[in-house]
Amino acid sequence: MRSFTFAALGIAAIALLVAGCGERPQVINYKQGTYQGKPDTPAYSNAPFNGNRQQWDNAIDTRAQAQNEYVRIRD
Amino acid sequence: MARMKFLCDAERCIECNSCVTACKQEHEIPWGVNRRRVVTINDGVPGERSISVACMHCSDAPCMAVCPVDCFYKSEDGVVLHDKDLCIGCGYCFYACPFGAPQFPQTGAFGVRGKMDKCTFCAGGPEPDRSAAEFQKYGRNRLAEGKLPACAEMCSTKALLGGDGDMIANIYRDRVTHRGKGGEVWGWATAYKLPAGGTPGAQPGAPGAAPPAAPPPAGGTKS
Repeated sequence: MRSFTFAALGIAAIALLVAGCGERPQVINYKQGTYQGKPDTPAYSNAPFNGNRQQWDNAIDTRAQAQNEYVRIRD
Repeated sequence: MARMKFLCDAERCIECNSCVTACKQEHEIPWGVNRRRVVTINDGVPGERSISVACMHCSDAPCMAVCPVDCFYKSEDGVVLHDKDLCIGCGYCFYACPFGAPQFPQTGAFGVRGKMDKCTFCAGGPEPDRSAAEFQKYGRNRLAEGKLPACAEMCSTKALLGGDGDMIANIYRDRVTHRGKGGEVWGWATAYKLPAGGTPGAQPGAPGAAPPAAPPPAGGTKS
């Protein structure tokens, strides 16, 4: 019974000692002047453009020209 | 490389607030937060002018400079975005912004301030493009769909232009040439500084003004 108590105490002591090992840091490693957040992907990186920057540029330019009534409505 | 900008034509804005409505509807903005608003100067007197104001996505954004947790970044298209997971809602950016763009939802009792919310140029934020998390935090990502901001595309008089700086400056210049007046562009000098080779006070729509500056190199890092 005595050895069982010692063993239980030993296991508890070891568990207490290593309790912090699985803990993940919850504070960011702050570097002043540097963006600390999650990385972002470019707007053209996913469907429907799938990384084709030129195609995306063309789509954006076409939409931009739709704001120009001198193009939409001829003189 | 695109350098996204807004341009509001005070000669055309009729204060209809459709840009405000379009923004709220597109991103399901909660009550009390206005990413875009219409400001009227000299209201009710001859010569009154209205301007649609939101984040101008400044070239050298003061909000980025003052943020104590550095949650701002600039996309490669020159759109100033921020990570809401990092924002602590301190409000420094609100005081630094010359356009009053940062908004803070008052969600709790005793004036508790939430995380900052602002115009994203309809470019979402640092979450997977067009994901539910991105929509919930930042609103719809229209740029990823090949579209321009809803406010600019919705504008009934095309007073509000949004898109690549060179392109919208050309549209505006063409417009000023046709009508022969109203070449002043509100907010551009504050937000985008002087165009390369331009003269102080020169505006993109003014006769003899140089085209807007080339986009500064930016690759998702804080400048």
